Formats: sequence, C-alpha cells, structure tokens
Amino acid sequence: MDAAAPTPAFEMLRTPEIGTIMVQGRASGTGAAFNLGEMTVTRCSLRLASGEVGHGYVQGRRKTCAQVAALVDALMQGPDAARIDAAVIAPLAAEAEARRDTRAAKAAATRVEFTTLVRGED
Amino acid sequence: MYVATKGGERAIDNAHAWLAEERRGDTDIPELGVAQIREQLALSVNRVMAEGSLYDRDLAALAIKQSRGDLIEAAFLIRAYRTTLPRFGSSLPVDTGTMACDRRISATFKDLPGGQVLGPTFDYTHRLIDFALAAEGGVPDAPVAAPDPAPKPRVADVIGREGMIEDNPRDDTTPPDLTRAPLEFPANRALRLQALTRSDEGFTLGMAYSTQRGYGRTHPFVGELRIGRVAVGMEVPELGFAIEIGEVELTECETVNQFKGSKTEPAQFTRGYGLVFGQSERKAISMSLVDRALRWAELGEDNVGAPAQDTEFVLSHGDNIQATGFLEHIKLPHYVDFQSELELVRKLRREAGVVDTREAAE
Repeated sequence: MDAAAPTPAFEMLRTPEIGTIMVQGRASGTGAAFNLGEMTVTRCSLRLASGEVGHGYVQGRRKTCAQVAALVDALMQGPDAARIDAAVIAPLAAEAEARRDTRAAKAAATRVEFTTLVRGED
Repeated sequence: MYVATKGGERAIDNAHAWLAEERRGDTDIPELGVAQIREQLALSVNRVMAEGSLYDRDLAALAIKQSRGDLIEAAFLIRAYRTTLPRFGSSLPVDTGTMACDRRISATFKDLPGGQVLGPTFDYTHRLIDFALAAEGGVPDAPVAAPDPAPKPRVADVIGREGMIEDNPRDDTTPPDLTRAPLEFPANRALRLQALTRSDEGFTLGMAYSTQRGYGRTHPFVGELRIGRVAVGMEVPELGFAIEIGEVELTECETVNQFKGSKTEPAQFTRGYGLVFGQSERKAISMSLVDRALRWAELGEDNVGAPAQDTEFVLSHGDNIQATGFLEHIKLPHYVDFQSELELVRKLRREAGVVDTREAAE
C-alpha cells in the first residue's frame, strides 16, 4: 500500500473490528446446509475525503489488513482504480495463485499411476 | 448447596505463578514460539480448531502453548475466547466440490476421474521412530509435477449417475445452531453434523469403531476422502452481494454404505458424511460413520439398541468441553455436600445399631 501511494485522507465509519462468521457446509457436500464452525474475521469501513466508501472484510484477527482492504476498496471506486489494481490487487492475486499452484504441483507428484501387472497365464 | 468461602487467594496466585514457570520449563532450552507450533504441530492446531469450533491457526497455536500441549484445555480456551467476539453473520455454504485438493483418494474406484492423489499422508510410513528428526536439519523440497487442471468430480456423483445412491437434494433452510440454542431432541441431520464436527476426536473414533465391530453395523466404504482448501464466501450487508473473504482447510469424507432396498424402493447405496476443519482425516472418517449410524430412522432401518444409533447419547457426550467441565468440577470443593452425606451415613449407621467407635472410646 505504501509503495502505491501515500495514504489518502479518510474518515473512519467503522473502526477495525474483530469478530467471527459461522462457516457453513452442506450434508454430503451438496445437500442440506449445516453449521461447520466459526472463523475469525476483521472488518472495517471508511470514507475517503473524496466521498467513496470502502469496506474491508479479511480473514483472521488483522486490524491493519482490514483497514487497508477498506481503503483499497474505496480507492478502487475512484480515478486511481487502475493504478491501485496494478500495484496492490494484481500482485496479491498473483501471490495467491502461486501459492495454490505450488501445492497443486506437490499434490500432482503424489498421484498414483497404476500399472496393471500382466498375469502369466499364456 | 453453594457457600462462599475465602482464604485461597494467596495459594491460587502462587499456584498460577508456578504453573507459568512449569509451562516455560527449563530456561536453558529455547522457548517455543507460537509460529513454531502453528507450522510444526499443525495437526494439533487442526484438532484444537475443530473441537474449539473456531478456525484461526494462530489462536489455536497460542492456546496450545498456554495449555502446555493439553489439547482439550486449548479447545476450552478457544471456546471461551469465541464467546467474547461478535458474530458478523454466516458464510455461504462452502463448495467442497471446488476444493483445491492436497489429497483425494477413493476406496471404491481405482480409476476415478482426477485420480488417486495421496498428499502428505502418514499412511505408507512404517511407523518406525525416525531418529534423524532428533537431529535438527533441513528437509529436501517435495517433488513436483504438472498439476492436473481437470475438476475432481465427487465419487457419489459418479455413482449417482446410475441412480445407485440415495438422492441428496440441496436444501437452503437456515440450519439450527447449537451455539445459539440448546441442543434439543430429536435433532435433525444438520444439527447432528454440527455437533459431530466439533465433538471429541477420541469419542467420535470410539463410536465409529463400535459400529465397525458390530454395534450397529453400516458396512461403510470410503467413497471419497479429500483434504484441501476451499474459499469462504459471504454476503456482505454493506455491499449487497457476496465476496470471498478467506479460505479454510477442510477434510471431507463421504462413505458409501450398503442398503437393502425395500418393497417400494430399489436397492441403493446410502451415505455418511464427515467434514472437519483442517487436515483431520481420522476425525472426518469417524464422523461419517457416526453420521450414517445415526440416520437409521430416516432410512427405515432397525434400531438394534447400539450406542452409535442413540442420537441423544452421542450428541450429549461428544463435546469434550462440556464433558471435561462437568467431570472435572467434582474435584473442586464440595465440603458442604460431603458434610451432609457424612451426617446421613452416621445417622443411618446409628439407626442400624452400629456403635460409633469414637463415641465408645469417650
């Protein structure tokens, strides 16, 4: 965020707040919804001096991250959207994809390649 | 009867101070960091998240440090912390069909689409203590291969195409929540699944094992077991639409069970389901067996009186926080209760003509 731009002036609408959400699953993956358990979430809302309102919801107990997420959300509604996207969102998305790809590659290496043994009957 | 007494404060303070010292152990040994627990005792962390019913790895790791590795005590700390937090809402039901799988195996089909992916499993280790781990050192990088972009369909869907397994219609009814309303019976499947996913791993394992040994057999096959990460989405009221706010690691197990069929229904397989926070394979398989055993009534099976068929028994005794709370409270002072019992026994003995030896001596 710091690399992208100096923090613009904003007014806090909801100071970063730690709470939970109930994560739901479905019976047998696709059936009736049920409550699986909660996860921690931090949220924040703010308004830029230029008027845009931003909301941030992030997993975990991370007040600074929630505030930055809200700020990015607000800035993405303004004239700087393209710059913020390139400087903040795109690199984060790339990092997340790289993390996923690394695990997928390790998983792929543990895939079983069955070979059927020929029975010696002839 | 409860009577307030005073006098233990100094002893309690000193006990806590000693506890803190014992927790730290020998100060010549480096202190364990929370991040080390999170990264290197990940399966303990997973268990604490599942039974504490709160997905937060750092918090679970901290609780394990605080509890000196007592995982039930750690889950207790997590449950207590959870009660201090506001709840912002519910997620959309996670779609485990889109899971980024670290592991995905089936015991029913060898050549299933997407393949048998072993993942980081203990399964084929020889369970020999590895003394090399006692010497600290690096580990080589795990091998990699080109990821398979093809989706991994559910085994149940493969069987379902032939109509060979019971239907599992989507149902978006708001599920009951046992953290908001006391457990009541009869409990529907959604409530049972919530109770089972946070129940004690050992208890759930024992219940599941009892069905395998004949106390309410369900003839399970592990149709599919998958471990991986799924996105968690939520409708955000301020926005008016759903966004992805994070991801959780889950273990999912679906069993395929025998079912005889009846005069009105053709023979069909049935399902048991387990879904647990983290990589918690033993728990997920156990949960699916117990879920299936508890479904006897809706599937028109006989109640053979097996413990695992008794919803009230299973759900009321699986929560280790409740269980340990009630169990351990009996070590706390019961001086007045016991005094009244003493009086009663003395009275009964007097009435029975037993001579009190102490009185006789005086």
